[in-house]
Amino acid sequence: MSRKILRINMSDQSAVYEDIPEKWSKWAGRGLTSAIVLDEVEPTCHPLGPNNKLVIAPGWVSGTPAAPSSGRTSFGGKSPLTGTIKESNSGGLSSKKIAKLGLAAIILEGEPQDGEWYQLAITKDGVEFKDASDLAGKGMYEVDEILWDQYPNKPAVIGIGPVGEKKLSNAGISVNDPEGKPGRYAGRGGLGAVMGARGVKAIVVDDEGGPGVDIADEDLLKQGRTKLRDAIMEHDLTKPDGGLNTYGTNVLMNIINEAGGLPTRNFSAGQFEGAADISGERVAEMVEKRGGEGMTGHGCHPGCIIQCSNIYPDEEGEAVVSVVEYETAWALGANCGIDDLDYVAEMTYQCNDLGLDTIEAGNTIAIAMEGGQIEFGDKEAALALFDEIREMSPLGRIYGQGVEATAKAFGVHRVPTVKGQSMPAYEPRAIKGIGVTYATSPMGADHTAGYTIAPEIAGVGGKVDPLDEEGKSDLSLTFQAATAFVDSTGYCLFIAFPILDISSGWEGMAESVAGVTGLDITGDDVIDIGKEILRMEREFNKKAGFTAQDDRPPEFMRYEKLPPHNEVWSVSDEELDQVYAWTNGK
Amino acid sequence: MHVEVRVFATLRRYLPELDIGEPKLLEVPQGTTLGEIREGLGLPIEEVKVIMRNNRQADEEDLAQDGDRITYIPAVAGG
Repeated sequence: MSRKILRINMSDQSAVYEDIPEKWSKWAGRGLTSAIVLDEVEPTCHPLGPNNKLVIAPGWVSGTPAAPSSGRTSFGGKSPLTGTIKESNSGGLSSKKIAKLGLAAIILEGEPQDGEWYQLAITKDGVEFKDASDLAGKGMYEVDEILWDQYPNKPAVIGIGPVGEKKLSNAGISVNDPEGKPGRYAGRGGLGAVMGARGVKAIVVDDEGGPGVDIADEDLLKQGRTKLRDAIMEHDLTKPDGGLNTYGTNVLMNIINEAGGLPTRNFSAGQFEGAADISGERVAEMVEKRGGEGMTGHGCHPGCIIQCSNIYPDEEGEAVVSVVEYETAWALGANCGIDDLDYVAEMTYQCNDLGLDTIEAGNTIAIAMEGGQIEFGDKEAALALFDEIREMSPLGRIYGQGVEATAKAFGVHRVPTVKGQSMPAYEPRAIKGIGVTYATSPMGADHTAGYTIAPEIAGVGGKVDPLDEEGKSDLSLTFQAATAFVDSTGYCLFIAFPILDISSGWEGMAESVAGVTGLDITGDDVIDIGKEILRMEREFNKKAGFTAQDDRPPEFMRYEKLPPHNEVWSVSDEELDQVYAWTNGK
Repeated sequence: MHVEVRVFATLRRYLPELDIGEPKLLEVPQGTTLGEIREGLGLPIEEVKVIMRNNRQADEEDLAQDGDRITYIPAVAGG
């Protein structure tokens, strides 16, 4: 493997290409970002200070020919939102282009001595440092447009909105989509603020003339990716015209509502009377009715064969925003008591432009509602909160910090967070396994980190009762480990659904990784390799000061019964501590 | 007995007259299973991945009760 580490130091504006050292050489994607952060970032550093770093890494198979749905990029660092290690993952154009330049990872460190803003351009010829004062303060839609004018080869653009520039903890990192819009996000955990602390407004990546990705065993790669592709094309969820292609992730709105696990009005109920009006079926109906630029079945990165994204149109058929995901429609919708897709879409646009994670942003609005600043369901007032953020008023800056800071400002105690990150669109009291993931993942409350929803709700990868506590610590760990592996491959996590049900797909995924890297791995190694990654992340968190007391859901969920099932959080602390008991003493 | 049935996502094409989330009200005899109701509505078994009854997991063999809210769900998942 002749992959390089590109180390960009903003203190002296240097860009050095290093051979990937032996200790990191087996890793890519999340495994690599976590290994680098563990090695190079002091766990007790201030996340906004000079000693934090931003690590950007494509996955093992990213940039290889015909690897299906393999365009994911991992972003890593110490999270300003949680104080833990963070890996945040995005689609869009960046993964393939970074990989094809022969890069294993980009490490962004230091800070400009002159306090100025920079844009970086990474090409086969090296790194260009350019003054970005003409971009500073601008929203990502305008930034992406300007940069595609400046660099007409349709490069990847990795950027931060004004929220990241101000180093607010709910700042995400934007990656442009195939249409050149800032529609994809490494959203969770505030890594946009870490990029802001480096003085970098945007990174342009153009892979033209790049060396491409070395492949150790072409035949094994081909065999593996064919099996994986076949599984994706066969499974009802991921096949053409299947669930995800037709309705996107928002297919879940009505389903999770039906299960009584749709967090509503700041996690005060498990069903929302307006769920149908913000569902994936309603989005598809809007697209059908309004036509024009609207679409479902949109691909977020070149080479995706699932294509679950959408472009939401206004009444005239003009594109408002890509993408209205389930999490986004839920956070800005049900959790705020809002049932109007047009407002959800407009608020999504604001998040994309300002550079905010939509989950945390929606949950923040819900806190402002609970705190009495505005009313639950007041869609106009919710939209107006984004003006506050854009103005960077003191209250706007508080909103930009996410749920916990906003809750403190408003005296709200019903705070749905773990390790400082707010919960996504599944209520732990109604779906116990996902609650275990929220509590124990090194990432904070994170659903993709260990998506037990698959067996608990969807009947994918098995079938278990969501209301049952039994076996949920084992279940969550298995999913956390498998996910850590998939997050390192460069494949979209949604390949997990077919490969959990179709074993040849699972084998194929592992074989494709073995084929590219020359590593001696099969499907039997996936969980163990995933656990290695989790162990590194737990180690960082432990050194950062986290203990078992941080692997707990919020207090209010232990005593407040959630309708319709009227359940409280009932998984014991001992059971939660079982998830990572295997790391004790290590 | 009266039951109300909902279908979502790709199963909606079998009951196109219903709005999203709108239930179909049915009268069924005592002893009818959830699988028999599914058959009666023309929902192919291979397309129904999950059945819910009164917001809880249910199975084909379960007997319907008066007032049940039954939902048939195809393959779904997301983020």
